[in-house]
Amino acid sequence: MSTQMQQLYQQVILDHSRERAGNSDLLGDSAAGAHGSSHQINPTCGDEIELETEISEDGGIAVRWTGDGCSISMASASVLTELAAENSVEGMLDIEAKFHELMHSRGTMAGDEEILGDAAVFSGVSKFPARIKCALLSWVAFKDALNQAQTSLKE
Amino acid sequence: MFSRLRNDFPILDTRIGESSLSYLDSGATSQKPQCVIDTFTEYYSQRNAAVHRGAHSLAVMATDAFEAGREAVADLVGGAPEQVVWTKNATEALNVVALGIDRASDGFGGETAQRFGLGPADSIVVTEMEHHANLVPWQQLAQSTGAQLRWLPVTDAGELDLSDLESIVDETTKVFAFTHVSNVLGTINPVDALVARARQVGALVVLDACQSVPHMPVNFVDLDIDFAAFSAHKALGPTGLGTLWGKTDLLNSLPPVLTGGSMITTVTMEDSAFMDAPQRFEAGTQPVAEVAAFTTAVNYLAEVGLEKIFDHERELAGVLLDGIAKIPGITVLGAAENRIGTVAFDVDGVHAHDVGQYLDSQGVAVRVGHHCAQPLHRRFGVTATTRASTYLYNNTEDCEQFLAALAEVRPFFGVQ
Repeated sequence: MSTQMQQLYQQVILDHSRERAGNSDLLGDSAAGAHGSSHQINPTCGDEIELETEISEDGGIAVRWTGDGCSISMASASVLTELAAENSVEGMLDIEAKFHELMHSRGTMAGDEEILGDAAVFSGVSKFPARIKCALLSWVAFKDALNQAQTSLKE
Repeated sequence: MFSRLRNDFPILDTRIGESSLSYLDSGATSQKPQCVIDTFTEYYSQRNAAVHRGAHSLAVMATDAFEAGREAVADLVGGAPEQVVWTKNATEALNVVALGIDRASDGFGGETAQRFGLGPADSIVVTEMEHHANLVPWQQLAQSTGAQLRWLPVTDAGELDLSDLESIVDETTKVFAFTHVSNVLGTINPVDALVARARQVGALVVLDACQSVPHMPVNFVDLDIDFAAFSAHKALGPTGLGTLWGKTDLLNSLPPVLTGGSMITTVTMEDSAFMDAPQRFEAGTQPVAEVAAFTTAVNYLAEVGLEKIFDHERELAGVLLDGIAKIPGITVLGAAENRIGTVAFDVDGVHAHDVGQYLDSQGVAVRVGHHCAQPLHRRFGVTATTRASTYLYNNTEDCEQFLAALAEVRPFFGVQ
């Protein structure tokens, strides 16, 4: 087995792809807090995700999603869900920006575990250009949904 | 013979990491023999000039090379050289027909083009197994003209369901467009039965021949179809070149979509008259070197013999299907007896992208995704599959390398 394959499919990724955090029924407009949702498709492979973000009164973020896709995209959504539960809105925006940068690093960055947590294990994905979109699919949906939730919070 | 001709394809010696390459993605694009690659060098170093203009010797040689391509293709698929129109790709060829009909429906092309005119009382029929290239242009045409779009469904066995053929293709049907061979299932469709029904109701027949012409003997005249499209790059030729084949009187009355230089007879400031096919559809500078290279490819295929290529790939298809059947958790889409060496399958518990990634790590090149056939995948209840597709240069070792790697996929991803 090539080292590259082991770097790509780290055990953490394989575990998250099977035990998916946040992969649950969507609440839609019945969500209690300020919320937003986003549907994203990877047109080259048909992978898709529908993701909801809800900001509670104390500033906590909840993420719920349904989707169909490869282990990288599903694990990425699962890791994102766990990170959202542990971070503030500002913290998640920072993580999202750093994750985006890591994915476009072509394998030149290691990924700061202090900030990215489990998302740092996706650094191996950046060496596989065809798979970067898989890792980013849920993050694109999250950024969009979070933006909507923030907007409705201000209203 | 087939073990020897493998040496004609230099790319097959590529190493993928520590593995030899098992290229099973010819359904997406074929590899090229050295003689086709050499034709580019030969053309640009000895014959390059603008075709169909200029009186100098090089222009004559370039024009000869360009026109020789039509003769080679006509020898391969039947008909006369002027029935062979060059396009950018097969997708463009299908669009030239669909958009030409659309223009005719708008009144372009004068009286002779009115035979193509479509309206709300008419219908267009496709099938559920079409590549998007032979579906989306017809959807667009239906939306533009108000015609109804209908389709023949696909059975669990991956064959066209003909039980309602007579009600789906009826007197309102003006265009019947379908694929000769499914790019996902490998199924060879019963063109004769479909054409017979089209003739009963007077519908035009448009054949997507992308997956048939490279892999089996095909004669468009014998099949009695009206238009056909296929690409050069899937048949040992270069990218950037497709072929639209049509019956002469139909081509000559179909309004052209791309207009401009090289396709006109007389131009005034107010109006223009168009040439007959094939030039009618070949506005602007053409891919001459590509045509020269494709001519070499067509001659190569003819020399090997399409009958032999078909039999060779049938053998490989048998090896693939028998081997896959022995691996737990793999479901092949369709089960048609009459098929080419294209096999799409689902791996239980592992997404196609991950399957393809693992196979690549073992030197095996396959296609993953929906293969530009989303409705067909939806019909089988999946969003993506893995597809192995053979060609004349593949051998049993390629198939065994693939099968050995495939057997390791579920264990690697921890799926029992």
